[in-house]
Amino acid sequence: MTNETMAAAISTAAQPVLELKGIGKQFGAIRALHGVDLTIGAGEVVGLMGDNGAGKSTLVRIIAGNFPPSQGTIQFCGREVHFHRPMDSRSIGIEVVYQDLALANNLTAAANVFLGRELKRNFGPLVLLDHKGMEARALELFRELRSETRPHDLVKDMSGGQRQAVAIARTRLSNAKLVMMDEPTAAISVRQVEQVLSLIHRLKEQGIAVILISHRMPDIFAVCDRVVVMRRGEKKADKPVGQTSPDEVTALITGAKEAA
Amino acid sequence: MSVPSETPVPSSEVTFTNVGAIRWWNRGVFASQTAYVTLALIALIILMSFASPYFLTEGNLQNVAKNFSFIAIATLGITFVIITGGIDLSVGSLMCFAAMITSMVMVTLSTPGAPLSSLFVHLAADGKTVVANVPGLILIVSVLAGLAVSVLVGLVNGICIAVIGLSPFVTTLGMLSIVRGLAYVISNGRGSFPGGPDADYFYALTSGDVYDVPAPFIYLIALALVMAVVLHHSAFGRHVFAIGGNEKAAELTGISVTRVKIEVYVIGAVAAGLQGIIISGWLGSAPANMATSYELNVIAAAVIGGANLAGGIGGPLGAIVGCVLLEVIRNGLVLAQVNSYWQQTLVGVIIIAAVLVDRIRARLL
Repeated sequence: MTNETMAAAISTAAQPVLELKGIGKQFGAIRALHGVDLTIGAGEVVGLMGDNGAGKSTLVRIIAGNFPPSQGTIQFCGREVHFHRPMDSRSIGIEVVYQDLALANNLTAAANVFLGRELKRNFGPLVLLDHKGMEARALELFRELRSETRPHDLVKDMSGGQRQAVAIARTRLSNAKLVMMDEPTAAISVRQVEQVLSLIHRLKEQGIAVILISHRMPDIFAVCDRVVVMRRGEKKADKPVGQTSPDEVTALITGAKEAA
Repeated sequence: MSVPSETPVPSSEVTFTNVGAIRWWNRGVFASQTAYVTLALIALIILMSFASPYFLTEGNLQNVAKNFSFIAIATLGITFVIITGGIDLSVGSLMCFAAMITSMVMVTLSTPGAPLSSLFVHLAADGKTVVANVPGLILIVSVLAGLAVSVLVGLVNGICIAVIGLSPFVTTLGMLSIVRGLAYVISNGRGSFPGGPDADYFYALTSGDVYDVPAPFIYLIALALVMAVVLHHSAFGRHVFAIGGNEKAAELTGISVTRVKIEVYVIGAVAAGLQGIIISGWLGSAPANMATSYELNVIAAAVIGGANLAGGIGGPLGAIVGCVLLEVIRNGLVLAQVNSYWQQTLVGVIIIAAVLVDRIRARLL
């Protein structure tokens, strides 16, 4: 291998999954985001913290393609991208696990995992659902996430942790490169929080970049490599968790400490 | 390094340490309101067969089969709408309107001298008898005209609800009135009658029998089977359930909610139109007040059979069971010589009881 190709290989390996430069967003007269730079590498878990109205959700929605930024560029795997609809970001490998999980209670776990991306089989002239294929694949995904979830159980009969597993399994279908999770531990029991944090570890093991939005300091320090603090639409800190402390992050969130 | 190989296990046999399996009688169709109502129906049929010697006679059973088929096809259609969490109050009016359009088109095309009729009919040598150029063609065109009008009404309902975002109740309440009004306008309040050389085919196909089985019953069973496949084995059916379960989730997963919603209103409208055309064949006419307030019977049957007005639950079996139960009660009251005015009261009690039993079951588990 020549030096050049070696260097190219190294640079692709080190190439960030997501690179935001100078992202800004105005809603009329309201400045929701201003000059946000953010870089995330493969297998990196980044905690996104900030008070209500700090701009976390706006940032996540821009990355998810709900609306375009007013300023700045988004690079995904080295290429500049422009999203017009959520499907655009999804199709190139960005998945979002929503706070309310976006599950249909009346359907089975497997049906929810494959919702909108059903496996089908030709049955003579008809194209019908491949129930067995979907259940088998869903079971594989639940195993991979080490979640005890039966593919054919209804979501309404499931625990909070199992629901999270279903929502996360959905992101694994498409081999996403970046998964954003909005408050995944907000409404579940202590034991289930453990399960969800271990699900995030599973994603990391497989080289997936994760953005975790949470109000729970212990969760951020348990699973994240870096913590990013937003305040009043600006990024105030971006530090490895080893070099900061819950007290410092709290001070950054509230504004007691201006920046770090 | 060796990777531990896992033998693939069918999902039904998976065992977990701390997540128990849900027993078969507590899931699927067994845990549904439909199952309880089916049991109640069987009990009622057994009771009836002891109470009246006429109940299980062939003539009476044919009668029952025919009568419930007259609302069951529309009930299948509205079940799609109800599963998405919507409602369609315009089905009764549409039954009348579609039937009226069908018989009017049939008569017009069969009248020599009327526009386009020369394509379909000519006069026989005696100068009086009207003969079809192609037997059956008028029937096909006129039924398609009735169904096309239904598609149009369904599209307007669907677009108002799914694209503009009006409430299904208000939109279809308005459509109930619009369509009924149009039926009065186009017939000048007199209704219309099937006629022409193809009228006999029309009667044979709508109120005839095949080996003593009423034709509407055969259509019903065929459509119910198609519906079962569509709901449970197609992506469209899955999306219908997903929208009823969590519309926002369906949207976020990339399902085209707008399109699916328009489609269910069109399905509901076409089923109602077809139902109206069949009823008019049995009546021998399409009077302007035909099927008035049938939307309430249709919704009642769907709800008794287990469709949930909140969305997410329902199916063809429930729709049919609901219709059969209503008809068996009506028939039973007649055979038992109970004052037939009690029927309506009893239907109301059953609607509430069916939903109540399901609520109690859900609370006990």
